[in-house]
Amino acid sequence: MDQITVTLPPVNILADMAVLRPEIALAVGAMALLMLGVFRGGESARLVSSLAALLLIAVAGYVVWSWGTETTAFGASFAVDAFASFAKVLILTGSALAIIMAQGFLRSEKLERFEFPVLIVLAALGMLMMVSANDLIALYMGIELQSLALYVLAAFNRESKRATESGLKYFVLGALSSGLLLYGCSLIYGFTGTTNFTVLAQVLGGGEAGLGVIFGLTFLMAGLVFKISAVPFHMWTPDVYEGAPTPVTAFLAAAPKVAAFALILRVLSDPLMPLVDEWRQIVIVVSVLSMMLGAFGAIGQTNIKRLMAYSTIGHMGFALVGLAAGSAGGVKGVLIYMAIYMITNIGTFVVVLSMRRKEGMVEDITDLSGLSRTQPLLAFALAAFLFSLAGIPPLAGFFGKLYVFIPAVEAGLWWLAVIGVIASVIGAFYYLRVVKIMYFDEPAPAFEHVMGTEMRLILWGATAIVVAFIVIAGPVGQLAGQAAAALIG
Amino acid sequence: MILSNLITVILFLPAAVALLMIPISDDTEHGKSNVRNLALFGSLFTFAVSLFLLFQFDTTTPDFQFVEQYAWLGGGINYKVGVDGISVLFVILTTALTPVAILAGWDAIQSRVKEYMIAFLILETAMIGVFVALDLVLFYVFFEAGLIPMFLIIGVWGGPRRVYASFKFFLYTLLGSVLMLIALIAMYGISGTTDIEVLLREGSFGPAIQTWLFLAFFASFAVKMPMWPVHTWLPDAHVEAPTAGSVILAAILLKMGGYGFLRFSLPMFPIASDMFAPMVFALSVIAIVYTSLVALAQEDMKKLIAYSSVAHMGFVTMGIFAANMQGIQGGIIQMISHGIVSGALFICVGIIYDRMHTRMIADYGGLVNRMPVYAFAFMVFTLANVGLPGTSGFVGEFLTIVGVFQVNTWVALIAATGVILSAGYALWLYRRVVFGELVKDALKAIPDMGLREKVVMAPLIAATIILGVYPIPMFDITAASVENLIQEYRADLAAHYGPDEVMVAEAGLSLRLTGGVE
Repeated sequence: MDQITVTLPPVNILADMAVLRPEIALAVGAMALLMLGVFRGGESARLVSSLAALLLIAVAGYVVWSWGTETTAFGASFAVDAFASFAKVLILTGSALAIIMAQGFLRSEKLERFEFPVLIVLAALGMLMMVSANDLIALYMGIELQSLALYVLAAFNRESKRATESGLKYFVLGALSSGLLLYGCSLIYGFTGTTNFTVLAQVLGGGEAGLGVIFGLTFLMAGLVFKISAVPFHMWTPDVYEGAPTPVTAFLAAAPKVAAFALILRVLSDPLMPLVDEWRQIVIVVSVLSMMLGAFGAIGQTNIKRLMAYSTIGHMGFALVGLAAGSAGGVKGVLIYMAIYMITNIGTFVVVLSMRRKEGMVEDITDLSGLSRTQPLLAFALAAFLFSLAGIPPLAGFFGKLYVFIPAVEAGLWWLAVIGVIASVIGAFYYLRVVKIMYFDEPAPAFEHVMGTEMRLILWGATAIVVAFIVIAGPVGQLAGQAAAALIG
Repeated sequence: MILSNLITVILFLPAAVALLMIPISDDTEHGKSNVRNLALFGSLFTFAVSLFLLFQFDTTTPDFQFVEQYAWLGGGINYKVGVDGISVLFVILTTALTPVAILAGWDAIQSRVKEYMIAFLILETAMIGVFVALDLVLFYVFFEAGLIPMFLIIGVWGGPRRVYASFKFFLYTLLGSVLMLIALIAMYGISGTTDIEVLLREGSFGPAIQTWLFLAFFASFAVKMPMWPVHTWLPDAHVEAPTAGSVILAAILLKMGGYGFLRFSLPMFPIASDMFAPMVFALSVIAIVYTSLVALAQEDMKKLIAYSSVAHMGFVTMGIFAANMQGIQGGIIQMISHGIVSGALFICVGIIYDRMHTRMIADYGGLVNRMPVYAFAFMVFTLANVGLPGTSGFVGEFLTIVGVFQVNTWVALIAATGVILSAGYALWLYRRVVFGELVKDALKAIPDMGLREKVVMAPLIAATIILGVYPIPMFDITAASVENLIQEYRADLAAHYGPDEVMVAEAGLSLRLTGGVE
């Protein structure tokens, strides 16, 4: 092990700062927005929200514009490549949409505070750090920045017992998982002598993977698996999803999952790739358990947010099938899967957010009864999302599954794919149940038509992507392929 | 221009008409009739365009024709469509029966007419897609896409147990087809392409992997077909579906299984097909005899016809896996004929169901006294269902039995008893519903078929009799492709087992016999 000498690029503050332009913009922007909110007082929530959304979209635009740059900064502890850019665009879009979607809800629930958008921007900043992290310390910093913002968001409705409970639960368990992760990091550092991914890859590539590193790997993965809410670290998900204010749930289910998954992809397929045979076992077990628990756990749910929580658990399992392949194709598949998953989830939550009657928000699945008669277009959109989540062609979700199953079968994991498709049939049952309630059952009292223009735009945008993905699948696949190639050359 | 993209045009015309329909409001009677007319003319127009396929079809070549190919997913997965002698008839069957199905639900469907018609047109696109797709992934997309509209058709416009039936239909067929998805991916992994044309030409999978691939495809097609013992979703789906849904289900959706066997199982996995042929024969004859007996005991007309469909599909699988000219051509013709006849029988049930709102055989009797035209139409299809010479049902049934006779006389013998049983249940049904004294008060005022119903029935009667008396055009269209399929199949077997083992003599016999039929 001692022959390995890697020279990391020297730190050049000014040049390195230039690499971090998106992150710096978010950090400075978040602080400026915070000041704006503080000095203008309680009236400024709407203005701050709009500016925050604009900021996120502008940064997303910059990331798109700089697509293809491949560089590192701060002694190779921070990496910018096509892979990071792909994930960043998704994260920034998801965060911006979450802010926009929340407006109507926050207004009607009297929760309109300027801290909300600022926290989302800070969480987004943490997520960008996560996907670009090329060092265990940078990784931990990104995760914590994101998580702390999310804990606060989950408990954002201070008056609600459910929300505070969910926030507390999320915080305690999240802290525990961070501890596991940190312990894993320290073991890896202790046994390899480095925290840098590039160096780590070479050290481990030397063929010397002691038991200590594998221990560290296991703890590291336990922490990361918590963040994507896969089994066996999924217990917090249904409670937090149900308790948190709905727009926060919508946010939690979308961008942070993409970020955490991107992080896992980078850690496992870059520095820890030499240990693929070791981590593949963990990934497979987690994947199978998540798919099955997601499928069976959702069957008995009556609350749509809890249902979506189990759906998330299941989908993380499917995405892990691609990761288990341990190939560039697998990474590509996971990226496509997560993109489709995020868009479908955002669309679904737009519908959930519009489930409002005179007496307030409702979130029972039976409240959707006969929606196809009272609001046919809304019902159509939700049906499209649900069929897509179930993975029925020609909708987007099918292509997600196709792209993760192809590399898995190519890697000889056909039996994992078989378990996956069986889980997807079981999962189809509960998605169908919601469609049945909307289409076959007698109508429940109609929802109030309070959907704003911006919600409508998001809803139809998401529907269009889900329905027409069959047309754009080629180009999306190409982009994801480039991103994957940046990670696994 | 239109001719160079003929198949794409046919494929997406129904979906385009469905899109056109979205802005129309169907709240008023006027709106409803607009929607109905648009759907009818859209599907008729599709049919008219699809006739070009038939007229321009070159019967001398076994190659794919009207082939179009565009880049789609990348990595060798393309949008590729085309037809050959095996698939072209199914395309025509689909485009021809969709307007019939739309007319069949003309008055019966009064709620949510627009959604109903949109579902049917989307379903038509999916069904055509299955038969024209020349790419594995594209095929799978269409194969499964049909589930969504059919699920809604059964569940929204169906009978009292519609929820149970629609879920059973959806999950059963989904479970079958996801295993095929894994097999498709495995084929892609092994051969590096999903192009069906290339796979047919060059694809040779090892004998071990063939077994697995065959079983995965078999799971999907056997459920779709449906073969005994995985047929139980069909009677439920048929009974609960609205008339037009039953028509499409029996006439076209079931044919996807048989088409799949011909397109994938036989040519791509010949060794496994040969190995599993005895199992298929066994399942087929069990289906023929057992479901015929079950049909005898039914009290619900739709259920009876549903079980008879399972029995008739038994002839198809038997013929296909006989893997000779008579067997396969017979199987194809049996499928086309069954499409017309069973579809028509479901319409016959629908006609009296619309009047009396019951499907129980015991609630009818003596209809001939009030409904002579109906009695005639019902008789034609009953006899065609039995397989009376001179109707289309005879040709397919006879040829499949001839085909399988050369391979296994016992199978042919048992299958032939099924013909007798089918005469039993079909004629008995007819006697109980149509003949006898009209004693039930409820039936005293039942009117005969109206103009719309006659318009629906006339072409079906004509097709049944013409195809029964003069089936040669169907032989001509399918001959080149089927012959090619059999030659390749035998060549593959010969390559695997060594030339001595294969029944070369039998091949010569079957080709000679075909000459006789033509």
